[in-house]
Amino acid sequence: MEIIYRYDGTFEGFLSCVFDSYVNKEYPTAFQDEAHIAGSLFPARWVGTDLRHAQRVLVSLGKIDPYARELVVKGFLTCAPERERIIYRFIRSLYAVGKPLLRQLSDEAVLPLLKAVRHLDGEVHLLKGFVRFSDFEGTLAGEIRPKNRVLPLLRPHFCDRMYNETFLLYDRTHREALVHQTGKWAIIPLESFKMAAPSAEEAQYRRLWKRFYDTIEIKERRNPGLRMSNMPKRYWETMTEFQDEDYFLAGADPLPEHQMQRRTLEGKRHDAR
Amino acid sequence: MDVMEKLTILTDAAKYDAACTSSGAQRGHKAGHIGNTSSSIAGCCHTFSGDGRCVTLLKVLMTNCCVYDCKYCVNRCSNDTRRAVFTPEELADLTIQFYRRNYIEGLFLSSGVLVSPDYTTERMIRCLDLLRNHYRFNGYIHAKAIPGTSQELVTRLGLLADRLSVNIELPSEQGLTTLAPNKTRKAIFRPMGLITNTLKENKEELVKYRHAPRFAPAGQSTQMIIGATPDSDRHILSLTQSLYDKYSLKRVFYSAYVPVVENTLLPALDTKPPLLREHRLYQADWLLRFYGFRAEELLDEDDPNFNPLVDPKCSWALKHPEFFPVEVNTASREELLRVPGVGTVSVKRILYARRARKLEHEDLRKMGIVMKRAQYFITCKGKILDGLKLQQDSILRGLIAAERAALPGAELEQLSLFEQAG
Ligand code: SF4
Repeated sequence: MEIIYRYDGTFEGFLSCVFDSYVNKEYPTAFQDEAHIAGSLFPARWVGTDLRHAQRVLVSLGKIDPYARELVVKGFLTCAPERERIIYRFIRSLYAVGKPLLRQLSDEAVLPLLKAVRHLDGEVHLLKGFVRFSDFEGTLAGEIRPKNRVLPLLRPHFCDRMYNETFLLYDRTHREALVHQTGKWAIIPLESFKMAAPSAEEAQYRRLWKRFYDTIEIKERRNPGLRMSNMPKRYWETMTEFQDEDYFLAGADPLPEHQMQRRTLEGKRHDAR
Repeated sequence: MDVMEKLTILTDAAKYDAACTSSGAQRGHKAGHIGNTSSSIAGCCHTFSGDGRCVTLLKVLMTNCCVYDCKYCVNRCSNDTRRAVFTPEELADLTIQFYRRNYIEGLFLSSGVLVSPDYTTERMIRCLDLLRNHYRFNGYIHAKAIPGTSQELVTRLGLLADRLSVNIELPSEQGLTTLAPNKTRKAIFRPMGLITNTLKENKEELVKYRHAPRFAPAGQSTQMIIGATPDSDRHILSLTQSLYDKYSLKRVFYSAYVPVVENTLLPALDTKPPLLREHRLYQADWLLRFYGFRAEELLDEDDPNFNPLVDPKCSWALKHPEFFPVEVNTASREELLRVPGVGTVSVKRILYARRARKLEHEDLRKMGIVMKRAQYFITCKGKILDGLKLQQDSILRGLIAAERAALPGAELEQLSLFEQAG
């Protein structure tokens, strides 16, 4: 019988679904986050989040193999459509086959999850370099618009690198922020965030960086295609060196929201090619 | 002169230097200091310039004033160009502020020769000392050791930097004598040898005393200019091989010569930089460092230059039909590494996956192996891919097509001419 599981959209909630599906002897065909519930022809079951159940599932995965648990944790951060179904399929097979499943790199229960996690890892890797901060009276702030939920994975890197700084990194896609102050951090939901206008000093460093960027290019080797494949255009919207003139003026208005959205649309078109 | 102008002049003068990686030094954060060089950032690019190259470090000269007159260099003393000098404070401030904003991973400091090599190096040391000990910069620093600098100063430089490099500049002694009259091969190799020895000694010291000061923990690299002199690829690659063998260099960088001056000894000003050649050398360099190849296997007296049409690994494979096909399910790691289209990541995946069950062609495709290249050289359970024709010229055509999209743009036209002719 086709059945849909509904849950609160959290990782623990999803693991509770996994737990309940074994108790109920069911194989849910889809998972719905309560925030995006659409009407459905199939019967649905609401699963409340139970932290102990979630913990038991997570521990059991780790016992089979720590790497399996890592795939599940990371899988939930990806932007793969129907990521819950992909992860669920992997977990079912993993419980059935055990550790050897992990070597089945081309198996349909494993491959979609591997692909999604590789996409996530790739985005995290690039963003370690592409994130840009601005200084507001000693506090650093930056924003990104990633496809995957990268903040939990960027967190160790930036908290070590910027151990003695107070900073905020805003994820505009998932509306959450990583905040950090000397070794203490949190990832918090944040509905909206608007960067303040730059001070004269901040604007000057932006201009210096832009000048460096423009000068370091060897014009005789110009190769926009290579640059694009190394650094897809969708990242440019939050990078200092690709902003409009206004961005480099002290006291100028920050990027208005509608402009950001227009840019994302342009970015999407590029990705689609 | 303001900092903006200095930055412009001294970036412009440094941009031809190829090295811009920050890999190889691991250092976590320190209380009260700025930054780290943790291993997670190895190979981290902070942006890509319009020429598609990775930008990791603030790559500038301390000054573009130079008493030398290397013919191929924009900074040579006989060139009429604007000169500038950073003060240590200016440079330290730029590095720190760029680093905090995550624009860069650190500083790559090189310099023209101001007064003398020792005088210049002392100024570089002053700058790095300020950065490390006053601004408490804990990020990555790559410094150039200038040929002719005294041993003591090179050592002090190495204690402040993560990586040191001495540029070989031109691959042969003749090249140096005609084009860089103030430099000799000996003057270049002496500091290189010195750095190698100090690195070795430092390693032993660190075993004995854990807190011994660290000398250039990310090791030593060098760079050569490609295409300014008539040296063959074979010559360049053997030199590279011996640098890895004898001097334990971490990296050798190649920089396609961009004509910056009219001189009868040099390629004409309208010569395009030999990007494809540089690309082939980098590919071969990877084969030396990660794939177990030796220079003498890749090029010999009969074939002293790389084939522009196919990459060095394919080229080797085509010349060694006796080595293939390789059976994916039983071949050793070393054998798999020699298959075109199979990289180090692919080899790892194959070795990992085949312990569960025997692999088919379809599995390899799903695992991300570049079958367009690999298909000609492998069997799965003893079978070649269904319907594949194994004729020399169709293989060659297939391999050329498979690489086409990834090649540096400027020289593609030249390539299609080749194709029509052949
Ligand atoms: S010593 Fe260096 S900066 Fe001076 S001319 Fe020669 S290559 Fe150029």
